[in-house]
Parts: sequence; C-alpha cells; structure tokens
Amino acid sequence: METRSIMIVGVGGQGSLLASRLLGNVLLAQGYDVKVSEVHGMSQRGGSVVTYVKYGDEVFSPVIEKGEADVIISFEQLEAARWLPYLKKGGKLITSTQKLDPMPVITGNAEYPENIIEKIKAAGIQVTAADALSLAEEAGNSKASNVVLMGVVAASTDFDDKLWQDAIEQCVPPKFLELNKKAFELGKKAAV
Amino acid sequence: MKKLMLGNAAFARGLYEAGVTVVSSYPGTPSTEITEFAAEYDEIYAEWAPNEKVAMEVALGASIAGSRSFCGMKHVGLNVAADPLYTASYTGVNGGMVIAVADDPGMHSSQNEQDSRHHAIASKVLMLEPSDSAECKEFTKAAFELSEKFDTPVIVRMSTRVAHSQSAVELCDRAEPAQKEYVKDPQKYVMMPAFARGRHVFVEERTKKLREYAETSPLNKVIDNGGDIGIITSGVSYQYAREAMGNNASYLKLGVVNPLPEELIKNFCAKYKKVYVIEELDDIIESHCKKLGMNVSGKELFGYIGEISQAVVAEKLLGKKNDFTTFDGNVPVRPPVMCAGCPHRGLFYCLSKNKIRVSGDIGCYTLGASAPLSAMDTTICMGASISALHGFNKARGEEAEKSTVAVIGDSTFMHSGMTGLVNIAYNATNSTVIILDNSITGMTGHQQNPTTGKNLKGDPAAAVNLEELCKAIGIKRVRVVDPYDLAGTEAAIKEELAVSEPSVIISRRPCALLKYVKHKPALKVVTDNCKGCKMCLKLGCPAISVRDGKAVIDHTQCVGCGICSEVCKFGAISE
Repeated sequence: METRSIMIVGVGGQGSLLASRLLGNVLLAQGYDVKVSEVHGMSQRGGSVVTYVKYGDEVFSPVIEKGEADVIISFEQLEAARWLPYLKKGGKLITSTQKLDPMPVITGNAEYPENIIEKIKAAGIQVTAADALSLAEEAGNSKASNVVLMGVVAASTDFDDKLWQDAIEQCVPPKFLELNKKAFELGKKAAV
Repeated sequence: MKKLMLGNAAFARGLYEAGVTVVSSYPGTPSTEITEFAAEYDEIYAEWAPNEKVAMEVALGASIAGSRSFCGMKHVGLNVAADPLYTASYTGVNGGMVIAVADDPGMHSSQNEQDSRHHAIASKVLMLEPSDSAECKEFTKAAFELSEKFDTPVIVRMSTRVAHSQSAVELCDRAEPAQKEYVKDPQKYVMMPAFARGRHVFVEERTKKLREYAETSPLNKVIDNGGDIGIITSGVSYQYAREAMGNNASYLKLGVVNPLPEELIKNFCAKYKKVYVIEELDDIIESHCKKLGMNVSGKELFGYIGEISQAVVAEKLLGKKNDFTTFDGNVPVRPPVMCAGCPHRGLFYCLSKNKIRVSGDIGCYTLGASAPLSAMDTTICMGASISALHGFNKARGEEAEKSTVAVIGDSTFMHSGMTGLVNIAYNATNSTVIILDNSITGMTGHQQNPTTGKNLKGDPAAAVNLEELCKAIGIKRVRVVDPYDLAGTEAAIKEELAVSEPSVIISRRPCALLKYVKHKPALKVVTDNCKGCKMCLKLGCPAISVRDGKAVIDHTQCVGCGICSEVCKFGAISE
C-alpha cells in the first residue's frame, strides 16, 4: 500500500501529542509500518503545533510536506486555515470549531479571519466540522477535546473499534479513562 | 514484539539492552527524553546533572570505574561539555561510554543551528548517526561495543526528526556485561603533558583503525538499485532521499559519520553517472568526497540552512512540485507565548512598563522578548545573561547599572549562571540580577534541578538555597518577590536598580503547569465596567482578548492568577 499521511494541527497545549499517540497505536495494531513525528519544546508554549502520522507498507520520511496530506485533523479553525496547503488535492479536513486568538490578534495587530470553514468549503475541500470543545465539556473536561476529535476520525475510518479502545487504554492514565472513553463516543456520534 | 517508540525512547531502550548502569545528563530539546526514559528502568542509575560538562565528567568517571555509562545533551550542550570531551578522547574508556548529542536543524527550539559533527571531527572520536527509532536502539548498542573495542567515547548524533519521531522497534533482552576491573593507570588517565603526549599518539593510531572500520562497518549500507543516480546521505536525510527517489536512485547510507570511509565512497561514486550528497547543515560528507577527488553535488542545491525534506529532494533532483490549495485570506502568525498564569508574565510586565534593559537567558522566559511585553535586549547562551550584564555595565557605567537587569531561570542559574554572579561580586559592578525561580526546568518539559528538592526519579533530594548561595557568593542585597504581586515586584526592581551595590531579586512562584499548583477559578470581565482601554492586553496573556470593544476572558485557559485585575483601573475584572 502506498504511504498515507495524516496531519494533526492545533495550538500548543491542546493535546495533539496524545491524539497522535492514539492514532499511531491503532495503525500499528492494523499491521502497518507507522511513523509519527512531533515537535517538542518551544512551540508547545501556545504556538502553532503540528504532528505528522504516516502509515503504509514501508514509511521513510517522518514529515509531511505541502500537498501531501490525505487528511488534516485540526483542533482550531485558524490552524486549519494555516495548514490547508499541506492537504493533497482531494484530501479531507476534519476540524474542531474552536477559535483561539493568537497573540497578534490579541494585541490588535492582526484580525482573526471570518468564516474560515465556509471559505475552505468554497475552495472545494471536503470538511467535517465538530464542536469538540463543547462535547469535551459534556464528557467532563474541556481538555478532552483531543479525544473527541479522535472519535470523529474513528467514525470516518473503518478500523475495528476495539483497536481504538485498546489504544485509549494504553495511552490514557487510568483515572481519566472513563472521561476519555465518553469523549471518544461523543466524537463518534457527532461525526454521523 | 514491535512497539511504536520515540527515537529518544528507543535510544533509552538501547541503553537498557546494552547493560548501561550510569546515566548523567542535562535536559535540552530535542535530547531530554532519552534520559527521562532511561530513568524508568530500575537497572539504570540516572540523574540530572547541573550542566552538560558535569554530566560528561560523571559518565567518564563511571566508565573509568569499569561500567557502561551515558550522557545526553542538545547540540549547544556539547559546547559546554567540549572540555571533558576533547580529553576523554585521549584517556579513552574502560567500560563503554556513549554520548548522545541532538542537533536541531530548523531551530525548532534552539538559539543556533550548529552541526555537532564538527565536535566529533575535532575531538577525533567515533560518531554514529541513526535515521529512525529502530536504528536509535541498534546504533546505541553498537556504540558501546565499538567504544570498548576501540577505547574511545562514541557520540551518537541525533536530530529533531529522529529524536521526536515514533517508529516501530523490536525489543530485546538486557545484556549484563560484567563491570570491568579498575586498575590504576596514570599514563592513560592522568592527562598531564608527559602522559598526554603518549595518548595523542594513541589517538592518531586509533583514528586510522576507525577509518578502516568505517570501510566495512555494517552500519554503512549500500542500496544498489542500478541506474545513473547515486546518493550519499545519513540520518533523517536518508529517509527524505529514499521517499523522494524510491528505487530511481542508489544509496550509500552512512551510519558512521566520523571518521568517514574513503574506499567505500570512491567505489560508490565510480558506479553512477551523477552522485549527490544529501546532508542537513554543513557540507561535511560533501567536502570529504571532494577531498577524495569525487565529482559530487550537494550544497549548491540544498544549502546550509534549515531542514531538508522529501519535497526539497524531489524539487531539486526531479524538478517536481506538489499541487496544493491555499486559504483565501490572511492567516495571522501564532508565535509561542507564555502560558496563562505563567509567573514570568508579572515580572516582564514590570520590566516592560519601566522600559528597563534586559540581559536575557535561555528558557521559557526567553518568550518575554515577544510582543507585547518585548522586554528583552539580548539572549545568547545558557548563563550569559549575568556575565553579559556585568560586561555591559563595565562598558557603560552608572547609567547602565541603574537601568539594566539580567533575568535567568533557576535551572539555568545552576547550570552556568552562578559563575557569572561570582564575577559580579568579585569584580564589582552594581548589577541587578533577577532569578526567575519557578521551581522547575520549564521549557524542556518539567525536569527537576538542584533547587527543586527532588531528583530525576522524583525522590527527595538536597535543595540549593538560592538566597544563602547568593549571599555566600558575596551579594549582600538578596530579596524575594512574588511576581503575581505587581506593585511589590515593581518596587523591588526600582529599589535594587537605585542602590550602589550588586543585588539579586528572586522572583519566586512555581510554574503554573506543575501538577501540584492549585488554580483559582477563571476570572470574569464585568462588561459594564470595561471601558475597552485594552490595558489588560499589555500583559500578553493568551486567555484575554477583545470582542466588540470589550475584554473577554477564555475560561478554558484562565487559571485565575489575577494580574489582569491588578492592571485594570476600572475594576472590570473580578472573580
């Protein structure tokens, strides 16, 4: 199988590392060769962050370049717009509807673009949008929006549900397990 | 069983499987997790040293004692540890000694983009370079064998994309090599001139042997797909080249990057019409090939700056470019910022408000340089804030002493700030040094340090008392402020700048991200009171923004630190 590429983008602190770990474990359990590339350090402090997940028969480069991603999963609307050029022609965007002002917007030096999702759709991109933040709060903690989004992803892939459940159990500390399983289920329902 | 592992975790697994017993490191992105993962194995003693020089000396001591040892650091950390490295090359080892150095092409989290291969060449030690997690483990194990076989410390060069990518790794059992006998051997380990001269002869002989080893090392691989194009590469660049060119090129993938083989390269070059060298940062492999008289192309296509990728290789070698869609509109940048509730914010607000010049340092607080706080004039390297302030003040005299401070974190102060403070006391400038004590090493992801009272394993440890230390150094004026108390912090800064003697202000409050720090409920804006003056925005807090002319606070981010209610003159921010 040709290598497939998924990008997870968001704002440092939103939990993209856990999301990529879940996805990576599910793909490995499916028998694929997998590479997951993260950036730690300075950008984790509220900067724009990106994680690359690639899988196939044999994966070489751990990074994804412009025009290469089959799917982009975005935790935040502006980040969806920023990383859009990385989507392959015919690729798919899954995004949270959450908005977080970056510092240039807070200080009044730039404006947060309006109607981001509509504009991306107008460009002919297939978009699935979900209010992951509200669903995470419904599950019990706003920080679980990463797992809500993974639920949305799960609904649009045909991997066995048990693999997702196993991955959640492997990657989440026991005391947050129930919360995250609920978040995952809410994400799955939201995608339908 | 195959497991998805971070390159750094696989490296730590290699340490475990190779039977390492002593690990000493200083955190630095992207190398930190090697040591954190190593600490999870009960068979390994692992510690955070105050700096990389100490860490390397600890590892060398353990090696001389007969055990397999390790120290890890980022590229600039190897500069700090260069002194022991260059002489450890002469002494050689007893138990195997491996050093991880992690380069950061693209400067994701670094102040420069240096290529550590230069250190391996200059110190004349063996250097290996893995290209994925499985190799991180295998090369680390090989490095210990080679260290003992050739009597040399071995550097394993990592880079951000190898260190911070996960890929599948096959786990093996731990070997338990017996501790080697320690025999007193001054001619090998006492590097005074008479003995060191003898060891230099040994080093040159060893280099010849290592070069012979590189010719036939299984870590250097030829992938011959025939055709006209040959590519010589190493590390993650190999992965980029392989993805872009597939079976349309042949590859010489170098796992041994110092010393480089000669015959292997000449034979490879002879087989292909066109040979490219693909390497990030400096032209080390390329220059070596050219010195051998080989006609190769490299830097004229790929340059010396930043990261390469499969797209760059495809564009340069095949002229191919991907199609993509861009967003129709302006996308504002999102630079990293201090977190909501960050204790550094209050301090930098006070410095910014009073237009004080700031000699900065390396850590989360370097973000104080960004708008809107913009409260930093210089950032150079670990510890430089204090020494450079002294120099600045010596050069400009009283005017500077009254208007310039140094800022340095608790961990960085322990690393190499203390010696600068000794210099201020000893050589007398009326300098004001602010230690930002957030009770943790923050930027690299919460590592303990000698001031926190805990060791790497989280067990209780002796804690340096910063106040007493500064006094013992000879600073008489040492005071502590709470950076959430803006009025108190501002008054302290003004007073200490005014006095005619050196002083230290300790700005003390734990990092807001620490698990034990209890947060208050999010604050709210009393919309009727808000005049839309945007005073609160001067704090640069990511939780505060303005909608329809009024401030709003994002309840998912706010931790109730309260400094915005201190700057609001209209009582518009409340609990």
